[in-house]
Amino acid sequence: MRIDVMKTYKLFINGNFPRSESGRVYEILDAKGKFLANPCNGSRKDLRESVVAARNAHSGWSGATAFNRGQVLYRVAEIMQGRIDQFVAEIVAQEGAAPAAAKIQVQSAIDTWVWYAGWCDKIDSISGSTNPVSGPFYNFSIPESLGVVAIFADSKPSLLNLVSALAPVIATGNTAILIASEKHPLCAITLAECLATSDVPAGVVNVLTGKVDQFVTWVGSHMEIDGVDATGLSKKDLVEIKELGAENLKRVHSFNEAKSTKRMISFMETKTVWHTIGI
Amino acid sequence: MNNFEYAPAPESAALVDIKSQYGLFINGKFVAPKAGKTFTTINPANEEVLAKIAYAELADVNLAVTAARNAFTKTWSKMPGAERGKYLFRIARILQERSREFAVLETLDNGKPIRETRDTDIPLAAAHFFYHAGWADKLSYAGQGDNPKPYGVAAQIIPWNFPMLMLAWKIAPALATGNTVVLKPAETTPLTALLFAEVCQQAGLPAGVVNIVTGDGATGSHLVNHPGVDKVAFTGSTGVGKAIAKTIAGTKKSATLELGGKGANIVYDDAPIDEAVEGIVSGIFFNQGHVCCAGSRLLVQENIEDELLEKLKKRISLIRVGNPMDKNTDLGAINSSAQLARIKELADSGDIEGAQRWSPNCVLPSSGFWYPPTIFTGVSQSHRIAREEIFGPVLSVLTFRTPGEAIEKANNSPYGLSAGIWSDKGSRILWTAKQLRAGVIWANTFNKFDPASPFGGYKESGWGREGGRHGLAGYLKGDN
Repeated sequence: MRIDVMKTYKLFINGNFPRSESGRVYEILDAKGKFLANPCNGSRKDLRESVVAARNAHSGWSGATAFNRGQVLYRVAEIMQGRIDQFVAEIVAQEGAAPAAAKIQVQSAIDTWVWYAGWCDKIDSISGSTNPVSGPFYNFSIPESLGVVAIFADSKPSLLNLVSALAPVIATGNTAILIASEKHPLCAITLAECLATSDVPAGVVNVLTGKVDQFVTWVGSHMEIDGVDATGLSKKDLVEIKELGAENLKRVHSFNEAKSTKRMISFMETKTVWHTIGI
Repeated sequence: MNNFEYAPAPESAALVDIKSQYGLFINGKFVAPKAGKTFTTINPANEEVLAKIAYAELADVNLAVTAARNAFTKTWSKMPGAERGKYLFRIARILQERSREFAVLETLDNGKPIRETRDTDIPLAAAHFFYHAGWADKLSYAGQGDNPKPYGVAAQIIPWNFPMLMLAWKIAPALATGNTVVLKPAETTPLTALLFAEVCQQAGLPAGVVNIVTGDGATGSHLVNHPGVDKVAFTGSTGVGKAIAKTIAGTKKSATLELGGKGANIVYDDAPIDEAVEGIVSGIFFNQGHVCCAGSRLLVQENIEDELLEKLKKRISLIRVGNPMDKNTDLGAINSSAQLARIKELADSGDIEGAQRWSPNCVLPSSGFWYPPTIFTGVSQSHRIAREEIFGPVLSVLTFRTPGEAIEKANNSPYGLSAGIWSDKGSRILWTAKQLRAGVIWANTFNKFDPASPFGGYKESGWGREGGRHGLAGYLKGDN
């Protein structure tokens, strides 16, 4: 009988897979109550390093052409396709889903990723405008990425929620810090492995695992985080992150639908440019 | 000496009837405040009392919110958009008819020059209603889904720098989208809002659709905290904006915030210098610099600094400071003694921290609140006058050598409201516009506004946009 090779689940920061600098882990069990893994218990310093990585990656990623971002995102879907069995196994173990249902979730997540990949070079046409002002000016409004966005995705269905939150945030040029579900973190780490082996530049997505209530406090009070997708947070945590986030006027949003332009536009800023017309 | 001076050309204050006392405008009628408290509003150009104003407390705010709620559920939310739009068209037309009255009243209460209220504030306010009137029956094209819904009751709090224009920016989109309104004008500039209440009566606007409560910060706080309010729209300081964001964190209220700024006005060495000088002057001295999007940081390319400053000083020397009611006046009164004290304190910090102050020789009136046009050179990024919003006629001049350095300095601010670019090279302008983290960018112009053009800031300059299609989003619950 062969003994399986067990996997060490690590963080994903700036394109690397470090352990938490805290040296701490926490235990997660599978749906039947058996030991499953010891994911990292990410620290405030891990978060800070992720923010630095995300901030540094922002100008390059948002400055890439929309076509290029679309290509990179599509590449992620290709890599995910090859990892279907691994995602299914993690979903079955953590969520207690039947294998067939887990597979549908993974396929749906990949299709959602492709849907957002296709938006990269179209969202500006939908949400921008030229504005007919009363005077000799050419005036246009364009959406731009907000900056660094932290994501708290809902725990179930774990992969679909991750994808529905992450893909729209980075499609528009933001960089992201994904706080994995505390209870179901495995798909987040496997997704990080897909990102690391596609062409997503280092720092564009950083993935942290650990205690969500601690991350709420740290994310809320971090002045270099511009936006938060709070879809996965409890009402209490949502209030806390909004209160703390008021200090730098973080844009905090929650969403219902997996595929929605609102998920992209909510983390964009509209820039309006006036230019004189004349000879 | 043949010195051709302008003769005085005063506008007549008799164009407007100012009552000695004003009530609150609740449910279509002017009513006395429950507790009977009042405060006065003065003309900041001569400190004379203009009128006694009702001071709204919690009981009054309760009445106003109830009136707005009833109007929303019984009338306004049931009315077809096309009919709502007709009321807005009526309001726009009446504002145009009575524009001179509004301009005079605004100048008396605010202290800004009649030239600006007549040519900018009031025409733009009317245009804002006209623009949004047309949206009322086209909301399915607003980008918020096929059947977007209003929030309900909007609490709107506006500042003293553009009282009537900010009222229009708030009320026009709220009504067009089917919300009803309780608006609190600024403590020092309530009069045009109260005249606007008369316009609502003349337009036959259903009672309670617009309610106006006058008071101070405490009144505003009652309004924001009121459980009957669904939407908060605030224009004012970043400090108060953050406090509002915190206050509503635990509620379902949605907010639009238009907050402070420290706009960078970037002048490249290939800029059309004379036009740039005009733009710098309008960028910081328009409305006494009481403008959240003012170009209060001049970033000039080092090799043209001397030439530009010489021309700028010459131009500033020609600015006419004085009686706001004079049609030739360029720079009017500072809105209040409190604001004057803030400007003085911050400008003095420029002296203390080592920047060099320059003002032209100009005689300031003996009564009222006045500050001369002022520029500081030798300003470094760490100086308070380069970081904090002065909200007065004070310009900080910094220099740069490369476009990259200009961007670094321009973006080195927690604010991100406005910026200006002066250059003759199209590709450089577009590159610069792309790099700047600001919501409104003026290229070879400055301080232009239009109802069709979205306005609002990045970063700590606020949440959301006002104006244009984008501005409607703040008042509509769309598909998620």
